[in-house]
Amino acid sequence: MLEIRNLHAGVNGREILKGVNLSVNAGELHSIMGPNGSGKSTLAQVLAGRDTYEVTEGQVIYQGRDLLEMAPDERAREGVFMAFQYPVEIPGVNTAYFLRAALNAKRKHHGLDELDAVDFLAFVKEKIKLVGMDERLLQRAINEGFSGGEKKRGEVFQMAVLEPALAIMDETDSGLDIDALKIVANGINHMRNAQSAIIIVTHYQRLLNYVVPDYVHVLIDGRIVRSGGKELAIELEEKGYVGIEGTGAATQPVTAGRGVS
Amino acid sequence: MTDHRQHANVYKADFAKLGESTVTPQLLTIRRQALDRFLALGFPTTRNEEWRFTNVAPIARTPFRLARDNGAQIDDRVLNSETLDPDWPRLAFTNAHATPACSSARVRQDSLVIESLAGRLAGEPRGLPPDLTKHASFDQEAFTALNTAFLDDGAYVVIPRNLVFEDPIHLIFVSAAGGNGDATVSHPRSLIVIEPGSQATIIESYVGLADGVYLTNAVTEIIVGHDATIDHYKIVREEPRSYHIGATQIHLSRNSTVSSHTISIGGALVRNNITAVLDGEGAQCTLNGLYVTCGREHVDNHLRVEHAKPHCDSREFFKGILDDNSRGVFTGRIIVHPDAQKTDAKQTNMNLLLAEGARVDTKPQLEIFANDVKCTHGATIGQLDADAIFYLRSRGLAPETARAVLIHAFAGESVEKIRPQPLRRQLQQILLKRLPHGELLQEAV
Repeated sequence: MLEIRNLHAGVNGREILKGVNLSVNAGELHSIMGPNGSGKSTLAQVLAGRDTYEVTEGQVIYQGRDLLEMAPDERAREGVFMAFQYPVEIPGVNTAYFLRAALNAKRKHHGLDELDAVDFLAFVKEKIKLVGMDERLLQRAINEGFSGGEKKRGEVFQMAVLEPALAIMDETDSGLDIDALKIVANGINHMRNAQSAIIIVTHYQRLLNYVVPDYVHVLIDGRIVRSGGKELAIELEEKGYVGIEGTGAATQPVTAGRGVS
Repeated sequence: MTDHRQHANVYKADFAKLGESTVTPQLLTIRRQALDRFLALGFPTTRNEEWRFTNVAPIARTPFRLARDNGAQIDDRVLNSETLDPDWPRLAFTNAHATPACSSARVRQDSLVIESLAGRLAGEPRGLPPDLTKHASFDQEAFTALNTAFLDDGAYVVIPRNLVFEDPIHLIFVSAAGGNGDATVSHPRSLIVIEPGSQATIIESYVGLADGVYLTNAVTEIIVGHDATIDHYKIVREEPRSYHIGATQIHLSRNSTVSSHTISIGGALVRNNITAVLDGEGAQCTLNGLYVTCGREHVDNHLRVEHAKPHCDSREFFKGILDDNSRGVFTGRIIVHPDAQKTDAKQTNMNLLLAEGARVDTKPQLEIFANDVKCTHGATIGQLDADAIFYLRSRGLAPETARAVLIHAFAGESVEKIRPQPLRRQLQQILLKRLPHGELLQEAV
């Protein structure tokens, strides 16, 4: 589904990603872990199409197409979703209105009928239960006045509504208390299926206590230095990133798993 | 020799033609004084601090002839599209002359008055309503002086004591340039009196009938008695080549509550002079506004809030959306008199610039002569938030749609404050047409 080959990217001429290789297949859940400043969020933002980052080398193939050639909104309509580390508050834009516009943009793109307000509301009320949020938030402005935890749950809720083929979750676990963490994990687990893939970008392994990844990758200084199974996360928890760093960079593409991308 | 003096003869000639037979000597005197004052003041220039950012030279150099009511008729289409609710009392004016065929107001009953001012001036008992010209001073205001010199017609509304008048009263002022291509001017003059303990909603709509060069020079005096409440709306939607200069003069008594909304969405040059005098303890005044400009339009909101008595609150909340090479001006002057302790005044002006060529000048002016007061002001001028655009796009919204969503959200905060639903819906529809890519939103709604 997703093939990242020798990806170099940076901001203002400063290179942050220094040759990332990653292959993700449908049905898989990958976790990319790394210390602060390792380039985790840059990778997520580049995949979502943030234009503040400049890709200087490499390729990203998504479902057989050059992802980097696609505008951010086209990526979204093609099934890419990024849960923001810092979801943006947008005063004055009603959440239900926004999500229906987003969902219908996607449905239209795929030649499906647009949902009217009634059908949409029924659909979305089911989804919001998944993250245990009050359905009244649908009538509030996007993320406005939400606590940090509510914003993160809101991202998972949006993900549930838009049903992405590829979800990239950028530090969705940060700032969550244990109850919210479980709710978010539960939401993610609900969305795991054979047709879609999820990449969880995180600093800590604690979310991985509730969401079991198929693959764990360690990103340090813009490169994936190690890849492994869920046990790698536990090793990281014990040794920390310093212990991992010494093992040297794994620059070969990591090809993993079931199915074909 | 300045332009206005060149055209002084035009104004004098039209003044001489004003009908005098149906007017009381008292009004004749006021008119003459006002004309003299106008001739002495001349049109303001940008050297005048109050007009520093707004150049009215295009008005001064145009020989505007006094518009006649027989030149243009409101046709049914205009009236139908402007009628917000057929059940509301409505007074319609063409070039500041009452158009009874298009009005549906109840006239005087039990001292309730909703009628044309000309009707009152010509009717029995004759004479000027006591409040007329008492509050909107023309001593330093050339345009108010000019309006008063030609004081003839407009709306006259009196809500008698302790009456809650539920239906909004809709005043429609249609301006139309002369059929022969002459530039014309009209001077709508309205007086609204909300007597003690009463409540009312007043909507003034200023619209143009056909494209042409005209000047609407309006003055509305609003007198709010003690413990009375008014919800007031002024909507300016003039034609692209036209000018609108309007004064809204509000006088608040003890424990009265005013919320006045000034929405400007059309006209080559629009200037709203909005003055509120809080002249009784416990008065509360909210002035809201929205201005939306494009092309080379220029909108100037000039606010003056005077706290004359203690324990009064005032709130100003004006938002602007400026596209192309248009220009906005906001001046918010708050004067707190020495007696006016415990004044609580807050002023906010927020501007959204959609194009490189758009420009805003915003100027708070606080003059505080009391020591126990709370006065705050804030102004912002910015562009659409790139983070917000990216967020919306990352969910699949096309860039134009994302922009449109954010622009409408910015306007929405002002539109939501409009209480009468039909008016709010009308403005939402107008904004969808007027703001960039609104059609994308209609699709999504």
